[in-house]
Amino acid sequence: MISLSVNGQVHEIDVEPDKPLLWVLREDLNVVGPKFGCGVSACGACTVHVERSAVRSCSFAVADAVGKTVVTIEGLSQDGQLHAVQRAWIENQVPQCGYCQPGFIMATVALLRENPKPSDTDIDDALSNICRCGTYSAIRRAVHRAAAILGGAP
Amino acid sequence: MSLGRRLAIIGGFVGAGVLGVGFWFARERDRLGDRRLFNLKPDEAGLNGWVKIGRDDSVTVAIPRAEMGQGVQTALAMLVAEELDARWDQIRVEEPPESVVYRNVDILIDSLPFSPEESGSVVEAAHWIAGKLGGVLGVNATGGSTSVRDAWLPMRTAGAVARDLLLRAASRKAGLPVTDLAIVDGEVRKRDGAKVATFGALVDSVEGLAERPPPPLKKPAEFKLIGKPLPRLDILAKVTGRATFGIDVRQPGLLYAAVRNSPTFGGEALGFTLKQGKLPKGIEKVVIVPGGIAAVGTSWWKAERFLDEGVEVKWQPGPAPGLDTPGLWKRYEDLLENGEPALTRTLGTVVTTTSDRQQTLTAAYRAPYLAHTTLEPMNCTARVGPTGVEVWMPNQSPTLMRLAAARTAGVPQDRVSVHTTFLGGGFGRRAEVDLVRQAVSCALVLPERPVQVLWSREEDIRHDCYRPMALARWRAVLEMAGDKPKLVSVAKRQVAQSPSEQFPVRTVGLPAQKQPEGNAVENPPYAFPHYQLDAMVADGVVPVGFWRSVGHSHTAFFDESFIDELASALKKDPFDLRRDLLVGRPRHLKVLETAAREAGWGTPLPPGSGRGIALRASFGSIVAQVAEVSVPDGRSIAVKRVTCAIDCGPVVNPAIVRAQMESGIIYGLSAALFGEITLTNGRVEQGNFPDYDAVRLAEAPVMAVHLVDSGATDIGGVGEPGTPPIAPAVANAIFAATGKRLRSLPLRMADG
Ligand code: FES
Ligand code: FES
Repeated sequence: MISLSVNGQVHEIDVEPDKPLLWVLREDLNVVGPKFGCGVSACGACTVHVERSAVRSCSFAVADAVGKTVVTIEGLSQDGQLHAVQRAWIENQVPQCGYCQPGFIMATVALLRENPKPSDTDIDDALSNICRCGTYSAIRRAVHRAAAILGGAP
Repeated sequence: MSLGRRLAIIGGFVGAGVLGVGFWFARERDRLGDRRLFNLKPDEAGLNGWVKIGRDDSVTVAIPRAEMGQGVQTALAMLVAEELDARWDQIRVEEPPESVVYRNVDILIDSLPFSPEESGSVVEAAHWIAGKLGGVLGVNATGGSTSVRDAWLPMRTAGAVARDLLLRAASRKAGLPVTDLAIVDGEVRKRDGAKVATFGALVDSVEGLAERPPPPLKKPAEFKLIGKPLPRLDILAKVTGRATFGIDVRQPGLLYAAVRNSPTFGGEALGFTLKQGKLPKGIEKVVIVPGGIAAVGTSWWKAERFLDEGVEVKWQPGPAPGLDTPGLWKRYEDLLENGEPALTRTLGTVVTTTSDRQQTLTAAYRAPYLAHTTLEPMNCTARVGPTGVEVWMPNQSPTLMRLAAARTAGVPQDRVSVHTTFLGGGFGRRAEVDLVRQAVSCALVLPERPVQVLWSREEDIRHDCYRPMALARWRAVLEMAGDKPKLVSVAKRQVAQSPSEQFPVRTVGLPAQKQPEGNAVENPPYAFPHYQLDAMVADGVVPVGFWRSVGHSHTAFFDESFIDELASALKKDPFDLRRDLLVGRPRHLKVLETAAREAGWGTPLPPGSGRGIALRASFGSIVAQVAEVSVPDGRSIAVKRVTCAIDCGPVVNPAIVRAQMESGIIYGLSAALFGEITLTNGRVEQGNFPDYDAVRLAEAPVMAVHLVDSGATDIGGVGEPGTPPIAPAVANAIFAATGKRLRSLPLRMADG
């Protein structure tokens, strides 16, 4: 039995300690917002937060998340309020198929915590996720917009 | 191709269709559909097969096409909302049940082996036949950028009919003459503006009203919603993680299956041994499935690991276990020289005279196999119960999935229901039936248990239906007129496997028609004095399929690269040469000129940089792109900026058109810079993004999209036409920047 805190809820689960966090979330906890895209830490679709930092959960053993707080796309909105990054995503109509977007949004939230005013180069460096639909220019606009909202812009 | 031959091909297709799939409906029907057709719930009233209203004042529109990111839910709902005069916030969308009403007629028209430029009675007859086919034994499919083109009239008509019905219902209810009433902002009002009834209040009032012929549709000048960048209907679900994709389907008792497909194409699993002698905890069954073997259990991750470590599979190798890419190129080169064309086409007047003032310009181009790599790997969930088969699947053709599920399970098609989830990308891959066969095969041995088959990325890349590899050779004859060279004729020979030959065989079991895929043989828009095409169809065991923009994806590279080479030989600017050759093509010309102007064609760039232009009409739309590229160190290619112009006829939602152009450019750019599937010992060498990479933010160019209004009234597709021009635009820009002509995809400076 291990105990895992996901989106503010603590779960006691019986899983192998080396099972990747992604598959514990999706199979054992029915948290399916984080997506599977490659399984080798190459695409970022599985990005979640562990202790407020972005990790690629397909390549992160669940044992390493024990005692830490895990947040997924489902846990991003607080008190029914969308997160600023989600609002910026809606304003810029970013998603196409949408499959990569939970990963991008989680990576962006983590980026803006560390770097509240990222340049285009900072964004390129920090967001190395793959979007096969090519929503990159909308993502760039939305990241800047989210930074502005978090900085107090209306 | 002769007239008789063309008709024979159509006849063959029709005949095969009737024989092979004669159980599809054989009666042509009105595409409006019955009022009771569309999944009515207690608080809803159907207005026709496409629209229902709810007591909560909602308007629900039937979307029988797959939402794979192209915004089809939004665009199709706009067509209905426009004619109904509904408010955008009233609109909901829902997948309708399987019905012939929802089948896609345009996709069949596009599948005919003609160039859309051809007209005249033969082609018209062919279109007519295909139109009949679409309605008669056609398919519900999403592809070929056809969704909006197909729905443009039927769904607007559905909205107009619904408006007429609601006006009559309100008139009867309020005792006012219908002529005094209008729908404004989603409610019925009197002409003086006074409110008469909300839609919600009319749910019980449509019963018993007679059908009437559809009222006239709005003129474009009357559109209130069409042409506006309305927000997409699927965004909120997609930014909150609530959108359900195929791999998110959760049903009670769900089991997960991992698969290993035959390492060589066309092979099968013959048997297996368990290394530990028994199944480990959590694995319930090992199942031999079409093309491979599946491990089914309570965790996909565990099943994957078990397949790697716990099972020894005995494989029946496929028919070509020794296949490798260098060997294939040799065979293609031989076919290019000596092959018998499956299709020959000539335009213009043959020039037979030769003179010593003539020179030839020859250039050969290559394009590799490509995988689709939709970000959501291939998957399908199926349950077999006493009443039939239920399938949940991100797919591009419920009709084909249903047929394949029924055949796999050995039940009639009406015992199969297919639920289409959101697609985490489609790009043509999700029209294939391999996953549904495997999922139903697993579900058959685990009755009543839903089984979710999911392929790893490695299985996805190694067992795709690939964009064909292709080889082409262009040859131009030039003649010196004074000191100026002049163009006499051009000819192209090209070799590729044909997805349209393979697809009906593989998915439905129709007999093979050895024809090149239609998009690969469309006529160039240019007024060459004489043009000849010889298209050879290569045999091969490698499965080839429909990859975003299909044959345009390689032939645009061949054709538009060669036009640039021709411009050099004729000592002309590549833009000027294209302009000169676009005689009688005002729409193409305007698109080309818009892209060039907006890109600042001809203005200076820093050293090591260059611009390239390319033009391609596909799926009813015309697109030109100018790429600005820098090759700073002579080795690495950086695409800085892409300017794109499109004429797609009437624009339903300009925001979606722009997004689709950007999407098509990035998809094509990933292929142009990185995409290459190679074979050795009958196996695909690549396996995951580290060796089959995609463009990421750091490589994504700045893009500007310009919508060109030529006043054309035919609506064009937008899902695919953005892809074809980017590879040649970049190759042409590399030439402008460095003087190196790259004739193979993907583009690598080392090849120059
Ligand atoms: S699935 Fe984790 S990075 Fe791709
Ligand atoms: S929106 Fe489809 S992969 Fe990014």
